[in-house]
Amino acid sequence: MYQEIFSKYTPTKDNLIYILHDIQDNDPQHYISEEAVQAISEYLNIPSNHIYGVITFYSMYSTKPRGKNIIRLCESPHCYIKGSENILRKLKNALNVGIGETTKDKLFTLELCACLGVCGNAPVMMINDDVYGDLTEEKIDEILARLREVK
Amino acid sequence: MKYFRTHVLVGINETSKQAGAEAFIKALKAELDTAGLKDEVNILETGPLSFFGKGICLTIYPDNVNYENVQKDDIIELVNEHFLKGRPVRRLMLESGTRFSPKFNYESRIVLRNSGIIDPESIDEYLGTGGYEAWEKALQMNPMDIVSEVKNSGLRGRGGAGFPTGLKWSFTAPIECEQKYVVVNADEGEPGTFKDRLIMEGDPHQLLEGIMICAKAVGATKSYIYIRGEYKLSIARLRKAIQQCYEYGLLGKNIFESGFDLDIDLKIGAGAYVCGEETALIESLEGNRGNPRWKPPFPGVKGLWGCPTIVNNVETLTNIPYIIKYGADGYRKFGTPDCPGTKVYTILGDVAYPGLCEADMGTTLRTIINDYAGGMKQGYRFKAALIGGAAGVILSDRLMDVKMDLNSLNQYAAVLGSGAILVMNENTSIVDMLWSILRFFRHESCGKCSPCRNGSQQLYDLITKIKKGQGTQDDLDNLLLIAETMQQTSFCALGQSPIMPIRSALDNFRDEFLALIKK
Repeated sequence: MYQEIFSKYTPTKDNLIYILHDIQDNDPQHYISEEAVQAISEYLNIPSNHIYGVITFYSMYSTKPRGKNIIRLCESPHCYIKGSENILRKLKNALNVGIGETTKDKLFTLELCACLGVCGNAPVMMINDDVYGDLTEEKIDEILARLREVK
Repeated sequence: MKYFRTHVLVGINETSKQAGAEAFIKALKAELDTAGLKDEVNILETGPLSFFGKGICLTIYPDNVNYENVQKDDIIELVNEHFLKGRPVRRLMLESGTRFSPKFNYESRIVLRNSGIIDPESIDEYLGTGGYEAWEKALQMNPMDIVSEVKNSGLRGRGGAGFPTGLKWSFTAPIECEQKYVVVNADEGEPGTFKDRLIMEGDPHQLLEGIMICAKAVGATKSYIYIRGEYKLSIARLRKAIQQCYEYGLLGKNIFESGFDLDIDLKIGAGAYVCGEETALIESLEGNRGNPRWKPPFPGVKGLWGCPTIVNNVETLTNIPYIIKYGADGYRKFGTPDCPGTKVYTILGDVAYPGLCEADMGTTLRTIINDYAGGMKQGYRFKAALIGGAAGVILSDRLMDVKMDLNSLNQYAAVLGSGAILVMNENTSIVDMLWSILRFFRHESCGKCSPCRNGSQQLYDLITKIKKGQGTQDDLDNLLLIAETMQQTSFCALGQSPIMPIRSALDNFRDEFLALIKK
């Protein structure tokens, strides 16, 4: 699997960020495993500690397996004054997980993130590649129900 | 060309897509077909409209009617009433229930002149508005003439620091070496800021044209746009726009037989606020942690892979085609003598029409709120405005007549770059707001230097204590002392910034903090 991804990139260090994106997006558990780091290290000929340094620096990468749907709720000032704390409480209760945790059925992972740049519709969250805005507690129920139905 | 009597502009952005804009357009087309209006009413998918309505938003020309939160069920009524009989559907209109009519003016627009008017995914529409004429002109110009034109225009960087753009270019242009780069900073991360996203979604070609001219001026043959991974729609639109440029021969080798080569590539970020700092951005492009570098040498001399590199903000470069086309004098008609041009703002919060606007530099905060955003939302009173995001300032109503330009705001140590204006009503707690800002800094500090790494944690602890009502007068003094120390000793602008919201909050709203302090 990794070789196929590597073949798209020349083995230079500046491609590290994109290889990491690619591997994580194609991993069914949306994370970067130890084996992946090992393989990248060999391909780019850079030490794995450098790769871990990069992975842990950027908020979009994870070294822990995650659920099918990654929920990233914005906690920046604008969403905060528009009530993102209530949305967070709602999400925690509805999913029965804490921040950074994955539900038992592996469907959802709850994360916090910095401003998503969609402040006109605060409070905002992103689930995978989609943005959900003008959130209310009722809307959360609807959105989660819809995602649970998708097989 | 086909002539239409009515144009329906549908704003396609992240939220309207979520609300089902694509299915809506399909259904609207079908209904117009049934009503026999296919040749009279034109549907245009465009970028962000001037206002941020909920759900799917439409602007109808030439009637100049704005609709918000339109549902599929409303289509029949819209077609029958508005498009057939010419009677706007009042209940869907944005203006319903408010007293003011906002000023969505297109008179002083440079950066947003096409945004919300043309189809951003069509290069032909951009060409139809005079696009790429400046590029054609620049290809025949001497590079140093381009630089001096930009210098004379007085354009200053729109990313935050306000450094004169022409001066920045003039350091790089004369250097003789094999490779130079132009890097576009599209890693917009300042909370509350998204003008660059709207510029890229609304008119990606104007940015590309700016990059091309910059590259020609400084002699760079390779350019990277470093864009946030979260900006999916901007990424898609820029990719498409770049591809169209190659097809039309505007990019590539030996462009229009001029002997000039240029390639533009997109680079996707991975989520780090500090990467908005130019040297951190360069580190990230090289595949490292986004820790800032020591300056000097500045990137203009030694940047990406050690080569001279121009790093400019999206809005800055989007101004360039206008300057080249109409000359420095044409550009200086906008704004103030010290600070020419316009500024793009996003106005959010408790105003009647939250939205996007472009105003001359030097326009007062009062004018922007009252004229462009329609004043306060009915039933709310103005309390404060957060200008410039987290690394910004909190202004009270006594500062409403501050001129918004880089020089005047400097008196209040404010930054204008991000263009974010967040208006808060009388019920908003400033302490809460500051808590949220300091939480943000604690999270985003990159950890390279100790003043910022430790200081941001200390600031967060102090404000949390104050917020809980357990603070003392000493804690207030320490907030300022720590932030001041960070300002003087931090490695980059991130650690130097928390002083701005803290000092302005304490200057303008000290009573609110004192009320929470233990007696």
